[in-house]
Amino acid sequence: MAVENAVLTVADVQKSFGGLRALSEIDLQIERGKTHAIIGPNGAGKSTLLNVCVGRIPPDEGAVVFKGQVITGKKPHEINQMGIARVFQTPEIFADLTVLQNVMVPAYAKRDGAVKFTLFHGMDKDTDIRLEAEQILMDLGLADKRHDDADSMSRGDKRRLELAMCLVQHPDLLLLDEPTAGMSRLDTNRTIDLLKSIKERGMTKVIIEHDMHVVFSLADKVSVLAQGRIIAEGTPDEVRANPKVQEAYLGGAH
Amino acid sequence: MDTTPSKNAPLSETERVGPAAKEKSVFYRTSGRIATQLPPRGPEMAPLWPPKADIFMTIVFSAVVLTMPLWLQPFGAAYPDLMQRFAIFGIFAIGFNILFGLTGYLSFGHAAFLGVGSYAAVWSFKLFSLNIIPAIIMAVVIAGALAVAIGFVSLRRSGIYFSILTLAFAQMCYNLAYSVLTPITNGETGLRVLSDDPRIIDAIFGTNEVPVPRAELFGISMQGMPGFWTSAVFLIAAFVVALLITRSPFGMMLRGIKSNQVRMSYVGFNTRPYTLMAFVISGMYAGLAGGLLAVVDPLAGAERMQWTASGEVVLMTILGGAGTLLGPFLGAVLIKYFENIFSALGDTTLRSMLEFIPEGLRDTAIAIISPFVGDGWHLTLGVLFMLVVIFMPGGLIEGFRRIGRLFTGGGRKKENG
Repeated sequence: MAVENAVLTVADVQKSFGGLRALSEIDLQIERGKTHAIIGPNGAGKSTLLNVCVGRIPPDEGAVVFKGQVITGKKPHEINQMGIARVFQTPEIFADLTVLQNVMVPAYAKRDGAVKFTLFHGMDKDTDIRLEAEQILMDLGLADKRHDDADSMSRGDKRRLELAMCLVQHPDLLLLDEPTAGMSRLDTNRTIDLLKSIKERGMTKVIIEHDMHVVFSLADKVSVLAQGRIIAEGTPDEVRANPKVQEAYLGGAH
Repeated sequence: MDTTPSKNAPLSETERVGPAAKEKSVFYRTSGRIATQLPPRGPEMAPLWPPKADIFMTIVFSAVVLTMPLWLQPFGAAYPDLMQRFAIFGIFAIGFNILFGLTGYLSFGHAAFLGVGSYAAVWSFKLFSLNIIPAIIMAVVIAGALAVAIGFVSLRRSGIYFSILTLAFAQMCYNLAYSVLTPITNGETGLRVLSDDPRIIDAIFGTNEVPVPRAELFGISMQGMPGFWTSAVFLIAAFVVALLITRSPFGMMLRGIKSNQVRMSYVGFNTRPYTLMAFVISGMYAGLAGGLLAVVDPLAGAERMQWTASGEVVLMTILGGAGTLLGPFLGAVLIKYFENIFSALGDTTLRSMLEFIPEGLRDTAIAIISPFVGDGWHLTLGVLFMLVVIFMPGGLIEGFRRIGRLFTGGGRKKENG
């Protein structure tokens, strides 16, 4: 079932940890501009799959292809430089830096590449980086906190900051690992609105999510993972109606 | 799976949009990298650091360093030999802080670069010229080259394993200097400048015939006060370079690495070249310090490379305040002061200092104080170090900031001094 216009293709990926089969025969195509949700019960292999995609874990077999290039075996920074940004399950931010600096760091990586030594050049001269970062912070409603220490923010704000750090790079593909975990209902809905507005800009997203409310609000396509295999794929409505999925995962709750 | 009704229930429109609605539409950029509407300027685009504060700090620092012969008088420390040490170990600690305070890598082997810098400078005195310029250049370059090699291997690991690797390398250098490398280091005797050394460059100018070879700068001997002034100028330069690095994008990347190295690689940075660069820069600082030690006293011995010397610079940095600009120098001054002045305080001096205490109590006071001075100066230093680490993990600079905040009643939330 080849999808035209696929940004990311996962081809026959296998991964075992010791005797445990974490992923088997995973085939996945992520269409450009779409939001693709990967759902499944705990331990289904969702995070492992994401880690394989960003080069954190090498697969035992199979390959991940991004924009026509095989990215399996590449280092995380190389994969990021190709245009994949990632939001982690627990916010990974620079706790010691200010909110603004947190966003400026990835902006530098986007502009200057993986390595560039600018030792004797004041940061204040890089107004382009600064404006870009300020803009994203305004977009995400963090502008008034820009000079605070990132560590002093609430958990929800940290998640938004991490999202800002990804968005400032204008990635082709954004991977989100449970972007609303631990958020209040209001914050969850704000995040949904935010992610919807990113969709309008044509950014491709892969979302791993537990919360069905989030999945059905956002996803164009849903893949259901259970015990390391994809057991169903389709539009949210198709997946919801699939008796196999209801049995394995939804447990008849919907 | 979260099926709690409260979270999944549909929301009214106001709830859905929430406070975000008050802000501008969440994304008003259509596409591309150019913002169609720029954020407001003015106070919003205030510089990241008040630039005047940096200039002010540099001026104050320079003034403090250059007036050391005056304000150190009352402390009995205003003699050139000790002031040279303040300046030289200040450079050592400032450089060490770039690796430890900024990048978060704790090296336990930085004395190796100090020692190598000294040897390189003395060899330059022997082979080329008694002029200090080639000696300093050679010290910095060779220490930097060694730092590339040691850093390349050690930086494959982080945390405690990195510390152990650097310690192992430094001890290796120390032991090699005493054994295999004796032809270069002159073993236990130490490497010294002799009157019959070739000194090629001096020979060209016909100035190689000197009765007592001393390091000089165009005729000015580096003995005594000129040695201090030279070290002081290098210290101020070293401080300014460290300040510029701290304020540069490179400095921010180093702090990013310290804060979250995993995130750094996931935002697209290859962190290894950055850590190696930081390691080499701090190695070059150590080489400069080592070279200056040879400048003020043209003699190099292997004891400079021992692990205790590596530990000392760690103490200096933590005592003064790791990650701050002024802290490492402060720590260096304090430790060298204790080492040279406190350790020389004998019972007789103590007795004369405590004249004001009544006769009966004086002996008790001396009995209490004497273990902390003289040979016991390590005890004072140890207690001070423990107090700082427990109550002011940010070092003495943090202590000063707290005091400053008491007076200004809050002030800026985060300073970068």
